[in-house]
Amino acid sequence: MPAVRGDGMRGLAVFISDIRNCKSKEAEVKRINKELANIRSKFKGDKTLDGYQKKKYVCKLLFIFLLGHDIDFGHMEAVNLLSSNKYSEKQIGYLFISVLVNTNSDLINLIIQSIKNDLASRNPIHVNLAMQCIANIGSREMAEAFGYDIPKLLVSGDTMDVVKQSAALCLLRLFRTSQEIIPGGEWTSRIVHLLNDQHLGVVTAAASLIDALVKRNPDEYKGCISLAVSRLSRIVTSSYTDLQDYTYYFVPAPWLSVKLLRLLQNYTPPEDPGVRGRLNECLETILNKAQEPPKSKKVQHSNAKNAVLFEAISLIIHNDSEPNLLVRACNQLGQFLSNRETNLRYLALESMCLLATSEFSHEAVKKHQEVVIVSMKMEKDVSVRQQAVDLLYAMCDRSNAEEIVQEMLNYLETADYSIREEMVLKVAILAEKYATDYTWYVDVILNLIRIAGDYVSEEVWYRVIQIVINRDDVQGYAAKTVFEALQAPACHENMVKVGGYILGEFGNLIAGDKRSAPIVQFQLLHSKYHLCSPMTRALLLSTYVKFVNLFPEVKQVVQEVFRQHSNLRSADAELQQRASEYLQLSIIASTDVLATVLEEMPSFPERESSILAVLKKKKPGRVPENEIRPALTHNMNSSEHTTNHNSNNLTSSAATNNAATDLLGLSTPPAPTNTGVLLDVLVGDIYGGGNAINNTPSSTIQQNTYNPKKFICKNNGVLFENDLIQIGVKCEFRQNLGRLGLFYGNKTSFPLQGFTASLLNPNEWVTKLSLQIKPVEPVLDAGAQIQQMVNVECVEDYTDAPSMNISFIYNNVPQKLTIKLPIFINKFFEPTEMNGESFFARWKNLGGNPQKSQLIFRATQGMDLMATRTKLIGFGMQLLDGIDPNPDNFVCAGIVHTRTQQIGCLLRLEPNKQAQMYRLTVRSSKESVSQEICELLSDQF
Amino acid sequence: MMQFMLLFSRQGKLRLQKWYVAHPDKLKKKITRELITTILARKPKMCSFLEWKDLKIVYKRYASLYFCCAIEQNDNELLTLEVIHRYVELLDKYFGSVCELDIIFNFEKAYFILDELLLGGEIQETSKKNVLKAIAAQDLLQEEETPQGFFEDHGLG
Repeated sequence: MPAVRGDGMRGLAVFISDIRNCKSKEAEVKRINKELANIRSKFKGDKTLDGYQKKKYVCKLLFIFLLGHDIDFGHMEAVNLLSSNKYSEKQIGYLFISVLVNTNSDLINLIIQSIKNDLASRNPIHVNLAMQCIANIGSREMAEAFGYDIPKLLVSGDTMDVVKQSAALCLLRLFRTSQEIIPGGEWTSRIVHLLNDQHLGVVTAAASLIDALVKRNPDEYKGCISLAVSRLSRIVTSSYTDLQDYTYYFVPAPWLSVKLLRLLQNYTPPEDPGVRGRLNECLETILNKAQEPPKSKKVQHSNAKNAVLFEAISLIIHNDSEPNLLVRACNQLGQFLSNRETNLRYLALESMCLLATSEFSHEAVKKHQEVVIVSMKMEKDVSVRQQAVDLLYAMCDRSNAEEIVQEMLNYLETADYSIREEMVLKVAILAEKYATDYTWYVDVILNLIRIAGDYVSEEVWYRVIQIVINRDDVQGYAAKTVFEALQAPACHENMVKVGGYILGEFGNLIAGDKRSAPIVQFQLLHSKYHLCSPMTRALLLSTYVKFVNLFPEVKQVVQEVFRQHSNLRSADAELQQRASEYLQLSIIASTDVLATVLEEMPSFPERESSILAVLKKKKPGRVPENEIRPALTHNMNSSEHTTNHNSNNLTSSAATNNAATDLLGLSTPPAPTNTGVLLDVLVGDIYGGGNAINNTPSSTIQQNTYNPKKFICKNNGVLFENDLIQIGVKCEFRQNLGRLGLFYGNKTSFPLQGFTASLLNPNEWVTKLSLQIKPVEPVLDAGAQIQQMVNVECVEDYTDAPSMNISFIYNNVPQKLTIKLPIFINKFFEPTEMNGESFFARWKNLGGNPQKSQLIFRATQGMDLMATRTKLIGFGMQLLDGIDPNPDNFVCAGIVHTRTQQIGCLLRLEPNKQAQMYRLTVRSSKESVSQEICELLSDQF
Repeated sequence: MMQFMLLFSRQGKLRLQKWYVAHPDKLKKKITRELITTILARKPKMCSFLEWKDLKIVYKRYASLYFCCAIEQNDNELLTLEVIHRYVELLDKYFGSVCELDIIFNFEKAYFILDELLLGGEIQETSKKNVLKAIAAQDLLQEEETPQGFFEDHGLG
């Protein structure tokens, strides 16, 4: 047994020895249970225990807890120790409380009282012990109880340095729990001026605090910029002997340097030319020092020195304003790429990813392409290879795309399983983004499927089909290539899917060649049929029926296959149904009908690749970009802004994501109620049909989406989604009443704290809607989902829709979202059936100018009449057929129910296919309602 | 900000854990298990950093003990290695050639030293001299107390 230091507890040491001597897990548990029983009886016994015994037992409990066992008693005894006048007992009490915190315990008030006493002590050791406990617990109660004392300790003139250091970090901890505790006003400058403190320990601690404060309120703390620069300048120009004990292995104050460099990354480059010049001098000096011979061979020296260097490079990249520094940084990192330290190679690759996104250094990064490719292939450590892949992705542009994509494909054959899926996504994105020749793109994707078929997600093969359908110059080539690929004796199921789809659409383009005659194509596909999953088989069946249309000569053979699968021999109900319906279609329908039903797929609307969204989802927090940022220089004159990445991400994802919605457009038009097989063919059923798939729009399809307008014509779905949270909604309405269920799902592996969801601007809505919103639990556990019910009554007509404020804390960073609820006025529609006569009578009656509203707008989607019908039905009015003399026009009627009145409403929508325009007319008994209805519908088609 | 620090042995036994963010015990155990397995499976020459969820893991082995820290995206990996090294130096100075057993038997001391070095997941005092001074001052306070437990521990209480 080794010596026990200080005022050791022999009983504890004996117990630990016993545990260590246990031969088995069972023996250990038995020994622990014995000890627990012993301690319990001591704590319950009549004999009052003295401080030492309490300390010893509390310490044993702590040890047992740290071994991984649950401890459910002893808290009271530990709290008793806090008020002991012996320091060692007090210290153990605090340790126990810190490790086994139980914030909702009744003891919290006693704990707070003890901490208060110790904070007021004249002995700095006691004060610091108390502050360590506050920081360890860091709960809201702590913030409330000490939000006043700690800032005072921090800036008071007679506080000792050691106490100031603790106070700065203690305050930081409390600030992270509850942002409001930081006093503003004159405190700001006093806190900022801690950067000038004589004591480097105080400055280091304060720099951490200020960094957090700046993130919340950059303008208020702007004064810290010049102070940080001059402090940094003093450090980098000092010799290593100047700073005595704050020099670490010949590097002057590395921790403080890194903190200051990090602090400056909250701002754009300093406006003041003097400060800016000084900062650039510092950065240059740091880069120069990297070239000097090392002052020590120890790894600690090089780590500390390079830690500062990497942080400086990070600031240079952040500022993105000094081409000279950016290029120098890039050269320095280039040197590291062949350093013998794995850690340095890893970090250099990582930093270069960022440099690749700056227009000043993008070209400089490309010079290192060869070395990076070698890293990807040769590095022993998969995490380093991963960084190399990320960098290749980031440095890729039109000039080197073919080479990089080829190298990545080569490497993919032997790549680690852990990074294959991500590599596949990256290759797919690069190939699409930089394709000048789409035959190349098709080759790349088919190669991907060949090499790493298991890792090719649905998004990837959906996308290749979408692109082939939209580009008629590549369709023949795609059909030929996929036909050849399918010749391989063992080909991946994903290849069969792509092949099936493409041949079904464009098989005719290669049917002239005898080697790929219709019957050969059919037999080739059908030879794979039995090896595939039901989903792929369903897709193949759709291909076959398309063949019936394309190649009448294979009709008989295909019908035979349908016949075989339309009876009990096909175990899958979906396949059976498809086979029977296709069979009937091929028998009954005339050639014209068949040709119409199985017409070639229309082009998909051009939109951003959703594969990118999948990649982002895979790597929350750090997505290497393949996008060159415009330089920040032109922003120079505007006021200094912070770059708070977290909040930016949220808002930008909310603003731009409708582009990424709905994966490939393959699921348009939305027809959630239609699972009929024939309809599937009409809308181009690429999912291959299983009902389950149609009924549950998979979450990957709808990620990062926020488009409240989508909910004008439907009631259920994913309202919002980003990397952290998914918000789903289900609602139902009846007359002027409605009920919404909001579902908040935590997508992260950590709990979301302080969760609140409440109405934005409730006062604005009081007279319009009566909303009852149930409160939600404040903590949303990792992976969990909670539900919030909202009851709503429409009081009088209104425009737009109410929004919810949703806020929570993730990873200590507060997040805030504003989400529009899908409660638009049309939700309170009651559909009204009426005949032509009464429709026209009312239409005439409402002919006065203030009652009618009209809009003419361009179609934003294909003018698909079925889709328009579905939308109008979803809108809530009654769709009246046979009233308008023109069968293409739509006529609807409905009544908006509010508490105070009922507003009759008529609508007519006239599509003009030639002009790709719609004319929408709404007449109602109230002008504001006519306008709002028009407004709501105007961007739905 | 550092989110947590774990010390564990080559056999995968957890020796010390310090959490700077509040997690339920179950989650802590899960994270610990996952990381210990991941790190023990890595080969000696591999990089000391790895990406894990949205955190960066920095680890280093000293003799039979692994020191493992989880930091956030903005934190500096190399300097975190040196936080670990400074902690090891402090333990070494305090115990005199520290070994795993010292940390097992004096785990509370290991905590006290760590609390002087880091507070709330941020570096508090980087000067070795100053930390040792603070610990020495604590020990001095203890020595002023009468060693009252002596008799009880020898069965004479």
